[in-house]
Amino acid sequence: MTRNLLLLVPGLVSLLVSLCAFGALESDQVMAELAAHPGGRARFVEKRYLAVLDKPVVASGEMLYRPPDYLEKRTLTPRPETMVLDHDTLSLERDKRKLTINLSRQPEAMAFIDSIRDTLSGNRQALIKNYAISLSGTIDKWVLTLLPRDPQIAALVLKITIGGSHGQVRNVEYLQADGDRSVLSIDPIEDK
Amino acid sequence: MRQRARIFLLWLVAMLAGGWVVWHSRFSTDLSFFLPANPSPGQQVLIDQLKEGTASRLLMLSVAGADAKQRAIVSSQLRARLAANPAFVSVQNGEHGSLDEARDLLLAHRYLLSPAVTPERFTVNGLHAAIENSIDLLSSPIGILFKPFLTRDPTGELPEVLNTLDAGSQPETRNGVWSSHDGERAMLVVQTTVLGSNTDGQEHAIALIRAEFAHIAANMSAQARPDATADTATQALSPLSLQISGPGLFAVESRATIKTEVARLSTLSTLAIVTVLFFVYRSPRLMALGLLPVASGALAGIVAVSLVFGTVFGITVGFGSALIGEAVDYAIYYFVQAGRLGIATWRQRFWPTIRLGVATSACGFGALLFSGFPGLAQLGLYALAGIVVAALVTRHVLPPLAGDDIRLPPPGKLVSALPDLYRGLRRLRMPFIVLSLLASAYLFTQRESLWYPDLSALSTISKAESDLDSRMRADLSTSDARYMVVVSAPDREAVLRAAEKVGHHLDALVESNRIGGYDSPTRFLPSAATQEARRSALPPAETLRANLHAALAGTPLSAARLQPFLDDVETARTGPLLMREQLTGGLALAVDGMLLHNAQGWTALLPLRPAAEQAALPQAEIRQALAGSGALFIDMKHEFDQLYGDYLHEALWLSMAGLGGIIVLLAFTQRSVRRVGASLLPLLMSVVLVTAGLHLCGERLHLLHLIGMLLIVAIGSNYALFFDEQKILDGDTLQSMSVANLTTVIGFGTLALSSVPVLHAVGATVAPGTLLSLLLSAIFVPRNHDAAH
Repeated sequence: MTRNLLLLVPGLVSLLVSLCAFGALESDQVMAELAAHPGGRARFVEKRYLAVLDKPVVASGEMLYRPPDYLEKRTLTPRPETMVLDHDTLSLERDKRKLTINLSRQPEAMAFIDSIRDTLSGNRQALIKNYAISLSGTIDKWVLTLLPRDPQIAALVLKITIGGSHGQVRNVEYLQADGDRSVLSIDPIEDK
Repeated sequence: MRQRARIFLLWLVAMLAGGWVVWHSRFSTDLSFFLPANPSPGQQVLIDQLKEGTASRLLMLSVAGADAKQRAIVSSQLRARLAANPAFVSVQNGEHGSLDEARDLLLAHRYLLSPAVTPERFTVNGLHAAIENSIDLLSSPIGILFKPFLTRDPTGELPEVLNTLDAGSQPETRNGVWSSHDGERAMLVVQTTVLGSNTDGQEHAIALIRAEFAHIAANMSAQARPDATADTATQALSPLSLQISGPGLFAVESRATIKTEVARLSTLSTLAIVTVLFFVYRSPRLMALGLLPVASGALAGIVAVSLVFGTVFGITVGFGSALIGEAVDYAIYYFVQAGRLGIATWRQRFWPTIRLGVATSACGFGALLFSGFPGLAQLGLYALAGIVVAALVTRHVLPPLAGDDIRLPPPGKLVSALPDLYRGLRRLRMPFIVLSLLASAYLFTQRESLWYPDLSALSTISKAESDLDSRMRADLSTSDARYMVVVSAPDREAVLRAAEKVGHHLDALVESNRIGGYDSPTRFLPSAATQEARRSALPPAETLRANLHAALAGTPLSAARLQPFLDDVETARTGPLLMREQLTGGLALAVDGMLLHNAQGWTALLPLRPAAEQAALPQAEIRQALAGSGALFIDMKHEFDQLYGDYLHEALWLSMAGLGGIIVLLAFTQRSVRRVGASLLPLLMSVVLVTAGLHLCGERLHLLHLIGMLLIVAIGSNYALFFDEQKILDGDTLQSMSVANLTTVIGFGTLALSSVPVLHAVGATVAPGTLLSLLLSAIFVPRNHDAAH
């Protein structure tokens, strides 16, 4: 069960990171911006490139992040599905079926989720502890690369690449260990 | 002389025959003592579960000490070693391997297991819809779980099978193995091969677990030693320890407790009584003769139980120490009274009183024979046979064997002072009347909370053991299935079909959210009929290939990749059905837990789960939904409470009947309402005083205390009768009564020391009760004359 949950984790990382606006290339500055991030809503399009399929599968919908620990991913197409990470409860609703997992019962998964939270709350030490980070590009077009250090996570996801411009994440890509990859494009919805 | 020899020989032959019966008796310490002899259908399910259910074969293990990593290694090694042993059906510790095994098994048989498999599913349209659905699933976070199987299972039968799983909560996982909530212990669950009711087998299995653990722990500490010198922190770690809990362990421990108690209590009671007798008789010969009726009675008790019930419960034998104290009385009466008056006078003057006392005692014990609580019925028969035989041996065997040579030491100062002492007691009349009234008032105010309303009061499981068990259950997130739907049929196939039929009814309740969900053995083991229907829904390879080609149009999946799918379907279409024997590990455990097989046939249990935020199940609705299907809805907790309630209710009736019998006997012999009343009053006062006293001391009163109250009247009446029938009570008679009372109090008093609640309750009630009966009879039974003039 734990391993099954860990499979979900890379997706969570990309989701959480994608909702954060990066202020600058300077990583200390990035962390400060992260800590001050007010959360928000965004439209997303997620393309999964799978070796077994001739074309990528595409899903789209909306995401909502309320710091520090509420994340909602509402997929509208091709099939409605809602995934919510609220504090330490992960729930998934699809086809009238609802699956709720209490992550606190799975300390290994929880530790990982906590590390993401630390990251989002500006805890750079935690991020560095869990990932090898490199930042490149210009302020107009920057790329942040995360390489997981935990071998259990690395066995699933090889690399997470986050691209953005100024304070806004534009896309998140993660490359799985089996060569399949997933690209998430993000378009923030301005709350007036 | 010849007559003496003949009687002795007859007695000896009877004893030898009895000894032979006892030697061939089956002794048992299992739960049957407490389980109803004539169960209702609901109780039968409860009994089967307790004796043969999977839960009865589960043992929970927890490994503490060292550090988390070492515990995980121990857990893993313990699993490997125990799993290789045929004494265990399954060993689970949360390691991934065991889950993968289950998934692979489900994957291999998915076309027989998936409820979505119908002929329509393999038409062009059906395939297209199913494949589209699977591809959609890939865009979901959980799709990643099924991605590796897409080319084998493009129609998504594995998700369908897994969807039917009742998502139970899982224990926590640390370092890859199950752990307690606080992370301080590694947790495992094993299922023994032998039944829970096989105490020997359970003892063997537990010994195996302990031995394997000791072996692993010894290896670990041997390996850790070199590190320990380098790293002082390692030395500070506490040593590895193992704790076990579960029904099997309780059975083994309870047997050990009963075994030691039987030996300990009988020895204690015998020693104390022999000491008392020695002081009274001062003659080894008389002492040996005096124990003759006791030994005969104790033997007769076991023989009677063995012949009538087939099995003798350990607790019944444990009751022997009380029987010794009671049965020895008759010989005391005989020696003390006949020793001074001669046999002829004794027979004429005292024997009728003693005979009536035996009859009233027999009334009390005899009432228990009609109990539906097998343990109680056995205790009743054991004691009844015991005292009747002891009395008969005293009357018919003892006099010829003892002859006229019964010389007791001359009465001492104490014996001479007894009449005055007993007369002096009468001054306590008023205080006892006041005390009894107060006790009655107290009992009346406490009447609502007097009885402990739970069968667990009778269990030998200690508070510490029960706390450990609850903690381990909580750590493993297992809960007792409280609600069940039960169907029965003559064979396995029929019961699986019945379970499937019931499943359809329950599906409707799940759909309308009236229940949260249910489990069924047919999830992993559908009936052969259902499996055949699913198998025949699979099209031949050529048809499937053609349909698949057409169905894949417009999807991102190409037919060239789906050869594994075509192969798997063909294998399933031409392969055999899934049999119980193919299931392993957790799946086998799950199916066996829901399927019971006994002499009456097969039973399937379908546990129900309340919907979220639902306190209790809508029982009436469920019963209505199941009406006419032959299925039974059972609330296990209710059955348990009902069982105890029935026992208590019945014990109340039996006590009343026993009391009624005693009153009829007294009325028949005493022929005076006033005399019967006068004899009964001190006994009822004793009952009231003892009950109030026990309750004040914080004793949890249960049905064995109630039985104890009946026995106070049954045994205490012996003393009341002496005071009533014997117009002249001299020092000797009072001495015999005092000594007889003392031995009875010793016999039941040792029972009160027992840690077996059944024995303790009877002892703690009867010992003070009989003492009070003697004293209160001396105070309240009116006498025409007093001796010592």
